[in-house]
Parts: sequence; structure tokens; C-alpha cells
Amino acid sequence: MEKTVSAAEKREGRFRTWSAAEGVQFESLEAKAAYHAAIGRFRDIVLMENKPDRVPVFVMGTFLQPYLYGVTPYEAMYDTDKMLAAQLSFLKDYKPDYSGSPALIGYGKVFDILGYKQYRLPGHGISKTSVYQYVESEYMLADEYPALIHDPSDFWIRTLMPRVYGALDPLRTLSPFTDMWEAVLVTTKTVPFGDPPVQGALNALLDAGSEATAWDRKIAAAALKTKGMGFPGLFGGASKAPFDLLADTLRGTRAAMVDMYRQPDNVLKAVETFTPLAISQGVRGSDGSGCPVVFMPLHKGADGFMSDAQFKKFYWPSLKALILGLAEEGCVPFCFCEGSYNTRLEYLKELPKGSCIWVFDRTDMVKAKEAIGDKICVGGNVPSGLMLTGTAEQVKEYCRKLIDTAGKGGGYMMCNGVSMDEGKAETIHAMVDFTKEYGIYK
Amino acid sequence: MAGELVALLSDLKEQEAMDFVEKALEKGVDAMGLLDEAKEAMRIVGERFASCEYFIPDLIFSGEILKGIVQKLEPHLKKGAEAKKLGKVIVGTVAGDIHDIGKDLVVFMLDVNGFEVLDLGIDVPVQKFVDAVKETGSPVVGMSGFLTLAFENMKAAIDAIKAAGLRDKVKIMIGGGQIDEEVRAFTGADAYGKDAVEAVKLAKGWIGG
Repeated sequence: MEKTVSAAEKREGRFRTWSAAEGVQFESLEAKAAYHAAIGRFRDIVLMENKPDRVPVFVMGTFLQPYLYGVTPYEAMYDTDKMLAAQLSFLKDYKPDYSGSPALIGYGKVFDILGYKQYRLPGHGISKTSVYQYVESEYMLADEYPALIHDPSDFWIRTLMPRVYGALDPLRTLSPFTDMWEAVLVTTKTVPFGDPPVQGALNALLDAGSEATAWDRKIAAAALKTKGMGFPGLFGGASKAPFDLLADTLRGTRAAMVDMYRQPDNVLKAVETFTPLAISQGVRGSDGSGCPVVFMPLHKGADGFMSDAQFKKFYWPSLKALILGLAEEGCVPFCFCEGSYNTRLEYLKELPKGSCIWVFDRTDMVKAKEAIGDKICVGGNVPSGLMLTGTAEQVKEYCRKLIDTAGKGGGYMMCNGVSMDEGKAETIHAMVDFTKEYGIYK
Repeated sequence: MAGELVALLSDLKEQEAMDFVEKALEKGVDAMGLLDEAKEAMRIVGERFASCEYFIPDLIFSGEILKGIVQKLEPHLKKGAEAKKLGKVIVGTVAGDIHDIGKDLVVFMLDVNGFEVLDLGIDVPVQKFVDAVKETGSPVVGMSGFLTLAFENMKAAIDAIKAAGLRDKVKIMIGGGQIDEEVRAFTGADAYGKDAVEAVKLAKGWIGG
């Protein structure tokens, strides 16, 4: 009989792989010790079995690191060397416990080749100093739920991708790949691939793939280097709450909100369809990277963005299933919760001890600690407004309160509440240094 | 029956509200009266939003229903029967930022509450705010921004209004996901609002109505 591996054993295995840091050349014994201490700290705050040695600190940024070193968003997206140099300098100069993922910035050339339309990119429709921004639109139409639910991959290939990537428009002329069965049909079903526009689209994918691969080699080399400097990368994989996948990626905010009234059953079927796919994506990311943490930016379930009844019906069941599904595979979902979640804390109580980490933005941290702090790690909450307009002293004072309340007894990670695109050196230093000094558990 | 449309729209009963309007028009009910009922319903929607009974999806959906109702009423409305507006408010998402959901909600709520709104759109250059204040003499400006990058650009727009000698002629409110008192003080705005209903309240406080 096959031996079943428990979720806890799987998680131990993933933490072991993360710690093992295969292929990493540590710069020094100190760097090696810092690397392992940072992972140990993270393990402690998430599992909540032991109090860590101190509060871990992480700086969440997208275009922040380039910004601090004079690299514009446009340059960060096109000059990978420059962008990565800024990432390395940032870690060296500010010394947070973990490295984020510079890969989240993406590579401008790939977007250009594919003719990506879902975001406005720096230098394309917005200035080179602006960060990329999502363009609200209905990328999936109101009457397309049945097609999506019936076969999400086919919907992606033949409907969504042609709409979102200009260069892939000809893919809409293909027939479903499932048409291609056995000798009698192989030849006929291959005919569309001889069509010059389709070949053009496939060539665009090949070109984009080559560019992405060259970029990925640099990203991977930088990741090895940052690990060698003593900074574990915090994000092993990424996933998305099923409702957000529908509302962010496909229908757009307004249409998804209206769908909850006009076609609630289709919304529910869509999020149910996405749930196993979202679990699989997170697990595969973690498998590939050797880090158990799965980054999940949460959007449309925040306070105010839907009613309690809507959250309970449309958002929470699939998000909970995703968190549990990832935890079952030994992953650690990193729920990055922008906005506030004050009215959702009761739901979070349903999550098992040590199953995930929540990093909050504007949630009341005292309430959060009280509600779930006995079993779930609550992190974050340093406001972007304070980080950008405040002084070092004000930031220290804010962090002191966080450590005294949310950090009490462990189960807390110092972090800013949103992924920043700009920053002030003095307030970031204050957040990191003060946490390392004041956040020591005795 | 008077008030029925008020109840149907404010309770977000789309199909029933549309059927009611259709039947009422067939029976020869005055379109202007129906429009007034729709406005009253929107006032109730705003109240329910302010008291946390309704949330953003309810606002958006009520707007969708209203759009459908107005489409049905429009051919029956007499031209020039436009109600007197409370005053003009300039609204825009600041330079570098293309987020429009919050901004559109503010425009929508100001509009249904009787304000004349000049919507400058998204990614609005500093000078465009200055020109709009100059050209319209509007006493209130609303600046929206979702990105942290917006803090600087809100400040830049407010500084430019000041440099043009117009700062004492306008009240400026700002709003967006990351806006708080610290950001308000940094930008030099007069106030910030956490949602569209607060924007209406601020505008009413400054303009009256």
C-alpha cells in the first residue's frame, strides 16, 4: 500500500528544500546563518509552535527598489541588468530579512512582442515614470460564462488571449485542441496552423519565449546571488483568489459586481471551476522554486468591495478552499490583503492553525490579533502614506505599537501594507532597523 | 402608485423596476415624475451606502439600473426641463494614474445628488486642473488617485493651483485607496474622503445644498 504523506510532512519537506538552498554559494558564514535564521523565523511565525527570536521584517515593493536607485519604471521593465542591480543594492543597503520577487516587474520586450493590452505600461500610454496599471475592461463578455465554465483552457487560448494580446489575435480562428484526435483527424486539424496569420501569432509566442528565457536566466542568477548574500526569496509561487481571477482578469471590476446580481449562478460556477486550477498553479510554483510560500494578492473581497452576504457566497468559499488546498500540499499561502478586512475576520477564524500568513494593509491589527492571532500569523499594516510622507521617528513609533500589539507572543511579520512603487530611504531604514532592534523576543 | 419606483430601484430590483417604468409610460404617467422618483431612490441608495447597509457593488448596480431607466424615459422627457444644479465640481484622477472606478463613483454620486460635474478623466496633467478651475470658476475640485505615486502628483496639482493664484478660490478634496490624513497634510488638500458619499458630503458642506 502506498504510504500517504501528511500535509505537515509535505510542509516540512518544502521548508527543508527552501533551507537547503541548492546551488547557492554563500558569501560568508554570516550570510549562511542569516539565510537560515530568516527561514526559521518565517517558519515560527507561520506555524505558531515556537516564538521566533525576533519579529521578521520584509519590505514589499514592486517598482520601489528601482525607484530608490534612480531607475525609472520604464528602465526597470527594459533594462533587466539595471533593475536587478537596484534589487541587489537594496538588499545590501537596507537588509530586510527576505528578498521579494523582481520577476513581478516583467519584461517590456515580451509585452511588446505579444502586444499586451490589459495593462498600460510605462512609455506606452502612460509616462515612463509611471508604473504599469491595469486597464479596466470586460475581457470576457457577459454571455461567455458557459464557454468559460465548459473549458477554461480553451476559453483562454481562443478567446481571452486573442483579446488581451494583439499579436495573438489570430488564435481565435483555431478550433479547440480537443478536436484533434486520432489518425483520421490529425491532418485536417493541423491545417489552421498553416494559415499565415496563425503562424505569425505562433512566431510571436516563439520570439516572446526567447526573450523571456534570456530574461529568466538573469532573474535566476540574481536570485541565487541574493540567497548567497543571506536573503531567502519569500515568494515561491503565485496564485489568485478564484473570484479575483474572474473579477480582475476576465470581467473587470464593474461587470463582475453587476454579475453577482444578474447571473449569480454563473459567477459561482466560474469560481468553482477556477479553484482546483488556482491550487495547482500555486503548488507547481512552489515545486519549481523550492520555496513553500505562495503569494496571493487579494482584491475584491476587501471591506466595502462587497457585502457580507456577497463575501460569504461569492468570495470566501473558494478562497478558503484554495488556502486549504495549498496547505494540504504543504505550501504556505501568503494572503496579501490590500485595503481592509475588518468585517471579514470572523471568516478567517475558520482557517486551521498555521495554515497560512495574512499580511494586512489597513485592517485594525489589534482586532485581527484578537480574532485570529492565536492560530494565524497576522503581518503588515505599516501604511504607505506614513512611509512616503512621514519621518523616521513616526515610522518607529508606528512599528513599536505594531510589535507591542500584533507582535505580542510571535505570529507577526513587520511589513508595509501595499506593494510600494516609490519610497523614502529614511522611513524604510527606520522600519527595518527598528524592528531588528525592538522586535527581539526575550 | 407613487413611490413604487423609489422602492424598486432603491431595493435594486432591476427587472421589476424596468417593467414598472415601461408600464407606467404606456399608461401615460409623466416621465419627469418617474425621473424624480428615480432620483429619490438614488438618494436612498446613497444613504444606505453611508450607513454600511450597501457597498460598492450596490452603488455600481444601482447606477446600471438607473442607466436603463433613464434610457427608457429619455424620449418622453421635455427638453430644457433640466433641474437646477447645486454647483459645479471638477473631478479627475491625477497625472500618472489611470484608475477610474473610485473617481467614476464620485462623479456618479455627485451627479445624482444634483451637482454639475466636470469630469477631467484619468491621468490628468497638472495644468489641466489649473485651466479647469480658471475656465469654470468651480469652487470645488476633487482629485482621485489609487497609486502611491498619486501623492506627489496631487501635491503638484495643488501647488500649481496655488501658483496660479487660485488656491483661495477653491476647496480641494482628495480620495483613493491609500489616502489618509497624513497624505492629505502632505498634499495640502482641504479634506479627504474615504468614499463617494463623503465626497458628496464635503461638496455639500462647501457649496451648500
